[in-house]
Amino acid sequence: MLKDIFVTPFADMFSAPDFLLQVLWEGLVSGVLYALIALGFVLIFRSSRIFNFAQGIMVVFAALTLVGLHSFGIPAWISVVLTLGVMFVLAVSIERVVLRPLVGQPDIILFMATIGITLFLIGFGEIIFGGENKVMISEELGIPTGDTVLEPWGGLLILQHLDMTVVVVAVALVGGLLAFLNYTQMGRAIRALGDDHQAALSVGISLQTVWVLVWFIAGIIALVTGIAWGARAGVSFALEVIAYKALPVLMLGGLESITGAIIGGLLIGILEKLFEIYWGQPLLGGNTETWFAFVLALIVLLFRPQGLFGERIIERV
Amino acid sequence: MLYRTAGQFKTSYAKDQALFPIKQDAFLLGVILVFAWVIFPLTASEFTFQTLLIPILIYSLTAMGLNILTGYAGQLSLGTAAFMGVGAYACYKMITIMPWMNPIVAILLSGVFSAGVGVAFGIPSLRIKGFYLAIATLAAQFFLVWLFEKWAWLYNYNASGAIQVPNLEMFGVYVAGPQASSVVQYYVVLFIVCLLTMVCINLTRGTLGRTWKATRDMDIAAELIGINLMKSKLTAFAVSSYIVGVSGALFVFMWRGAAEPNLFDIPLSFRILFIAIIGGLGSIMGNYLGAILIVGLPVVLNLLPNALGIPIDSATVEHLNIMIVGSLIVFFLIVEPHGLAQLWRLIREKLIIWPFPH
Repeated sequence: MLKDIFVTPFADMFSAPDFLLQVLWEGLVSGVLYALIALGFVLIFRSSRIFNFAQGIMVVFAALTLVGLHSFGIPAWISVVLTLGVMFVLAVSIERVVLRPLVGQPDIILFMATIGITLFLIGFGEIIFGGENKVMISEELGIPTGDTVLEPWGGLLILQHLDMTVVVVAVALVGGLLAFLNYTQMGRAIRALGDDHQAALSVGISLQTVWVLVWFIAGIIALVTGIAWGARAGVSFALEVIAYKALPVLMLGGLESITGAIIGGLLIGILEKLFEIYWGQPLLGGNTETWFAFVLALIVLLFRPQGLFGERIIERV
Repeated sequence: MLYRTAGQFKTSYAKDQALFPIKQDAFLLGVILVFAWVIFPLTASEFTFQTLLIPILIYSLTAMGLNILTGYAGQLSLGTAAFMGVGAYACYKMITIMPWMNPIVAILLSGVFSAGVGVAFGIPSLRIKGFYLAIATLAAQFFLVWLFEKWAWLYNYNASGAIQVPNLEMFGVYVAGPQASSVVQYYVVLFIVCLLTMVCINLTRGTLGRTWKATRDMDIAAELIGINLMKSKLTAFAVSSYIVGVSGALFVFMWRGAAEPNLFDIPLSFRILFIAIIGGLGSIMGNYLGAILIVGLPVVLNLLPNALGIPIDSATVEHLNIMIVGSLIVFFLIVEPHGLAQLWRLIREKLIIWPFPH
């Protein structure tokens, strides 16, 4: 038994390094997507203390809108622009209808409100676009579909072009976002609001504008994630579960930390894949990906309650 | 006028501490109990039992369990459904291993198992707070549901992977399984719910309840005045998971009749959280009001198009339902963030001085 846990997996890794690389690559790709979603969470949490549970359904909603618009005969790229418009309208209406009346309520009330939004969007999406599984319009969007086969150490390593595109786009998006947050006035306003609400308000930063902006950014992230994940697995409401995957990332990285979201996402993506392939499937009957990330984050949190990169919690009476 | 408390003098400390110090409250509760114990069972149809009465009672009980943890002790949990699952599977195993066991005893005992699991998953709460803890309880949610699926011993190596409630007899009457009648099941549920509600009301009024409230309001301050936080948080987890476990056993044995692991998935957890929050955190009565709203609303919404004569197909109705429930949740949170229980408190204030404005 001990041998199965501590020796065999590592022996397997060394005997087939090409397979290990394949596993690592796949973990990296999903890790990039987790990091993206977690980033959407972090932005909203920092600027408004709202734990946005609707992020997952926003992914589904964005992807559905894109596919739906395209099916009405609108060219792919124009549909993307229109979908962005829809996400903007969504951000404005969420801020106007839900968040503004709830300013200053306890965290848990705002959290519940985002679950309310989730339910609303599920019903709304199903009525308009139908619940059946759809195919992402990856070809029309010019996403490459082939694969590159490498042969390290005489083995086999298959890199899907789709996955490579996802990684490149995600890295570009994260880079752009970081640049936006660090070098533009609006971006600095978002960060200021995250640091201190009162101080930010007193120097004239508009809460409403920033909230609309962060929800819109979350919407953009949702659209990109939706396209990427939808191209891999089809567009359906099952996509919502990838939002749950972003939660342990947040725990691990810390709810306030942008770096934490990125590093945590990559770590969890890779580690859960490794665990599933080398420990989960042979020893535990597989499908451990549903809980591994949570348990990992839980264990880390027992030693660092604020997450790996979170702000140190200082408590006063 | 209607709710005038003037003239009801308390002459001893015991009277002041009575469960219902105000006559009107006691009277109102009496009326409700008469309805629950006598009038509903006599008049309700099979449909009403199965879609309204039994689920409302069971959901109220679950929400009460969650409310002890979240509303009284301030520890947000998103893993309620998984603990219900622990109760249900524990009850199933006990019944199949020891078929001679009294079903009610088995149901009440099954909570002990979920309490144990609850305490184990509550240990992180000693170090983790707020939303971090909420996500940590999701670990319980996903891990336990996965366990229900993979650990074949739990469902007696069934090919289907689901648990099926056998026919259970008590004093010559079937109380669970396909042959049990709804009335009998209703009475079993009602008995257990009443019993546990009594226990909960008294627990939250006593030392333990006050300890929980102190922990909720500010845990460091509570620690400074000499409250043992570990004891307080872990007892909250234990009591809460016990009640949730019992309600999970009731959920499967008295209502659903069968259960698959994914029944205890995260939407159920959220449903119960909705009930607790819309009803009012930190209130026992709120759980009932919340359950009536959340369980009753979809039933009413389903019947509405037919009653109005609008032809809509059932799939659309279902989606509309989800949409309306979602917007109502937001609406209620905006109108009264402290829940329906607070609304009732406000109405009572108004009734005391009615018909005068001041």
